[in-house]
Amino acid sequence: MAECKKIATRESYGKALAELGEEHEDLVVLDADLAGATKTATFQKAFPQRHFDCGIAEANMICVAAGMSTAGLVPFASSFAMFAAGRAFEQVRNSIGYPHLNVKIGATHGGISVGEDGASHQCCEDFALMRSIPGMVVMSPADDVEAKAMVRAAYEHNGPVYMRFGRAAVPVIHPEDYQFRIGKGELIRDGKDVAIIANGLLVYEALEASKMLEQAGIDAMVINMATIKPLDEELVLTAAKKCGKIITCDEHSVIGGLGEAVCALLAQKHPTRVERIGVNDEFGHSGPAAALLKQFGLSAEHIVQVARDLC
Amino acid sequence: MTEREKLELKIAACKVRMGVIASTHGAKAGHPGGSLSAADLFAYLYFRELNIDPGNPKWEQRDRFVLSKGHTAPGLYSVLALRGFFPTEDLPTLRHLDSYLQGHPNMNTVPGVDMSTGSLGQGISCAAGMALAGKTLGKDYRVYTLLGDGEIQEGQVWEACMFAAHYKLDNFCAIVDNNGLQIDGNVADVMSPYPIAQKLESFGFRVVTIDGHDFDQIEQAMDIARATKGQPTAIVMRTIKGKDVSFMENDADWHGKAPNDEQYEQAMKELKGILAGLERKNNG
Repeated sequence: MAECKKIATRESYGKALAELGEEHEDLVVLDADLAGATKTATFQKAFPQRHFDCGIAEANMICVAAGMSTAGLVPFASSFAMFAAGRAFEQVRNSIGYPHLNVKIGATHGGISVGEDGASHQCCEDFALMRSIPGMVVMSPADDVEAKAMVRAAYEHNGPVYMRFGRAAVPVIHPEDYQFRIGKGELIRDGKDVAIIANGLLVYEALEASKMLEQAGIDAMVINMATIKPLDEELVLTAAKKCGKIITCDEHSVIGGLGEAVCALLAQKHPTRVERIGVNDEFGHSGPAAALLKQFGLSAEHIVQVARDLC
Repeated sequence: MTEREKLELKIAACKVRMGVIASTHGAKAGHPGGSLSAADLFAYLYFRELNIDPGNPKWEQRDRFVLSKGHTAPGLYSVLALRGFFPTEDLPTLRHLDSYLQGHPNMNTVPGVDMSTGSLGQGISCAAGMALAGKTLGKDYRVYTLLGDGEIQEGQVWEACMFAAHYKLDNFCAIVDNNGLQIDGNVADVMSPYPIAQKLESFGFRVVTIDGHDFDQIEQAMDIARATKGQPTAIVMRTIKGKDVSFMENDADWHGKAPNDEQYEQAMKELKGILAGLERKNNG
């Protein structure tokens, strides 16, 4: 694994848009003065007439996307997660969610791995915000292969979709022929002692943790739950029944993210001990992404520690 | 526009007003004041300006109208019903449990509604998106949106204005219903949006200021909007909130309050009187 290729999923987003743009003339991309960072510039280069910079005005951009979709276009509206889900929450809720319009939100720079920009830009609340909107699909890919497949699936899905991509380069763990389906979790490693359910860059950490746990005699199941909503309930229940203990990991506040989604399901259908690994109701701060992830406990080592305490 | 055509528009506008009173009375809630101030514009748009087909509300080539000041849904619903999008008898079900006539416009339940609105400041952006989509798709439909003069206190409105001018959306026309009142009182006292026309001009709009109750002036403004190339048009129309219902005129209290039974009778009596006068002229 140490030698595997590393790619930031925002790069994958830009590339996937450019590829899809070739196939679909109705695909348009909006950005808010961040095309270089969100990587929609890759699409812009290929299809300048279908890329619209809206300037630093995310509220307007989200509603423009809504309006464009009513005329049959498929807009991908892009910004940092902080602004797409945070600043423009009410626009997403009322102008995209409520009328259930076919708009895709591509939010990059999610989570604490934004790094040096610090807390103002480290969005750890986007899953919570977006999950609360009826009919909204909420997803976060583990790597480049999954991110590209996810963008394609989002285009093919009729309805609003929120996708979170990362700033930092992350290991590619999927083979090129990986099949992604919205709402379906991926059982990456079977196990029986504890199930680790993760998404985003923590899927790789969970896999690393499972190897360390194996050496310690703990057989961990690892699930990549790239779709947070709708949650793959069947897979969560299977994991809970088989392992009896669950650890959730997402680069998000422990409030409102994957952890709470899993807890809500299990509380109702199969009460199970759950430990949530995430950002513990606090703001981040500046620093290199890798150091921050470690400091905030979003690492294989911390997953191992939690698993050992549980098992 | 001939005198007869003008008279017919006045009759339509009066009927729109009657629908506003009937629906808000039926709802025991809603926003009559701003619906009445915009009634003449609604009549003009739906009976003269917009290229639409009530039999095919989602017709791709249609002109679009977005009610950015979504709380005046009673006015929009009233004109849509009058134009044949749905039965006028349904108007009093406004805001009722399980009625398709939601308190604010819902594009998925009400035939003829092009965008779900209600949260102020968002409709104009959606309308601008529709206009940009028209340009991108090479379609020649036009997009109109109606804003309140209180609504333009929302910062997003100005983001949208910047955007419409930047993309030279000459298929886009923003209309401001300048009735001078918002919930808390005079717009000038609450948070002055003035000077409205100069602001819009400086944002890159072709601006026409008119009396929003004068059909000749509305027609002239719409003609200018259609003829303007390379920039969007804004029509700032001076209006009277509560227009044509004596006790509702120029009273902020009627922004979001329904008439009771007695007030309903009084309002309808006044409007019926106006209608009878117009119809006499029309038949004369």
